[in-house]
Amino acid sequence: MTKKKNKAWDWLVDGSQALDDTMIQEYAEGESSETPSVFSRPHPRESGYYERFHTWSHDRGARLMKVLYAVMVVCICVGISALLIATTSDMPQFGDAKPVEDDALSAFYVEEGYLHTGAPNIVTSIILDFRGFDTLGESHVLFIAVCTVMMLLYIPRRDDPEHLREWLASEADDRATEPHNDLILQQGAKLIVPMVMIFGIYILLNGHLSPGGGFSGGTVLGAGMILYLLSFGFQKTERFFNIHTFRRVSTAALMFYALSKGYIFFTGANRIPNGIGTGQFGAILSGGLLLPLSIAVGLVVACTMYVLYTLFRKGDL
Amino acid sequence: MEVLNTLLLIFILLCAIAVSFTRDLLTSIILFMAQSIAMSIVWILLRAPDLAITEAAVGAGITTLLMFITLKKLHAIRFQGKDHDKEEE
Repeated sequence: MTKKKNKAWDWLVDGSQALDDTMIQEYAEGESSETPSVFSRPHPRESGYYERFHTWSHDRGARLMKVLYAVMVVCICVGISALLIATTSDMPQFGDAKPVEDDALSAFYVEEGYLHTGAPNIVTSIILDFRGFDTLGESHVLFIAVCTVMMLLYIPRRDDPEHLREWLASEADDRATEPHNDLILQQGAKLIVPMVMIFGIYILLNGHLSPGGGFSGGTVLGAGMILYLLSFGFQKTERFFNIHTFRRVSTAALMFYALSKGYIFFTGANRIPNGIGTGQFGAILSGGLLLPLSIAVGLVVACTMYVLYTLFRKGDL
Repeated sequence: MEVLNTLLLIFILLCAIAVSFTRDLLTSIILFMAQSIAMSIVWILLRAPDLAITEAAVGAGITTLLMFITLKKLHAIRFQGKDHDKEEE
């Protein structure tokens, strides 16, 4: 290898020196006189280059990459940490009320929010009322996530032998590994599952009065259903939850959410009274549409969690 | 209360560091779950019970479950129950 080629080679390997046009030209000229056409077998010198590059990428290159990786990791971590710490230094002190008083929007939520929504829980009233459009998007994101997982993992039950075999194999795999007759798990689940379900329903229904709401309540419900499934197997859960249940429940909940929000937006933008009262402050049937909306979100979330689990587990509901 | 807060924050930091340093995937998932539970207690101390419920249910419950199943599907963790079931049959 000549000195000229070495320069270009060095650039290719580590990029320490700048590549200029003359170097490329020199490299091309040097190469063209020696390299035969591409259709013939590789020239010994060419395969030599290849060998050299190959061994380089295996020992020195790998080491270089490792060092680079470590340096980049440290740099990025330190940089992001510094950015975050710099941001927190701008934030108000913990428990400082002044920024809330200064910010008109926060003050409005805290002082007058309940007058508009009739709900003591400001968080739920922001999530489902003032920022209801965001929650609509979030529920749809969950629905889309389930649809995508279904596209990837769903094994439909068909008479087609290929699909049937696939489905039977996954079923057999599942039935073989699920601890069906675990007495301790079953007795524990008998005790815990009703409590988990009731707690989930409580969170869901009291979302506008106490901490909680659609998302957390729905997740607790979904977790309770998964616990039941884990301890009693798919045969028990298939009786009350299959693909049709999922389809109907989540579509109906999303449609209800979208329609009621659309109604509220339409009447609100046109300044038409919507005819939905806020009810008595603090009662369970109050807060206008907050309760039905939180039930809708909770149903979507519970179905999503359960279906994600079953799809991951055996590719079916 | 201050002491509890500090202890929990140190625990969260340790868990977060330990997750990336454990070789065993099962252990790292359980550490991740422990971090989530400590985080949910911190949310309660910060008077954000809404977030605490969600963190406990999603972070500690559902996410962990989904990761467990994924690892099981990939045969990345061994379950002892399989041999046990075969013996019973």
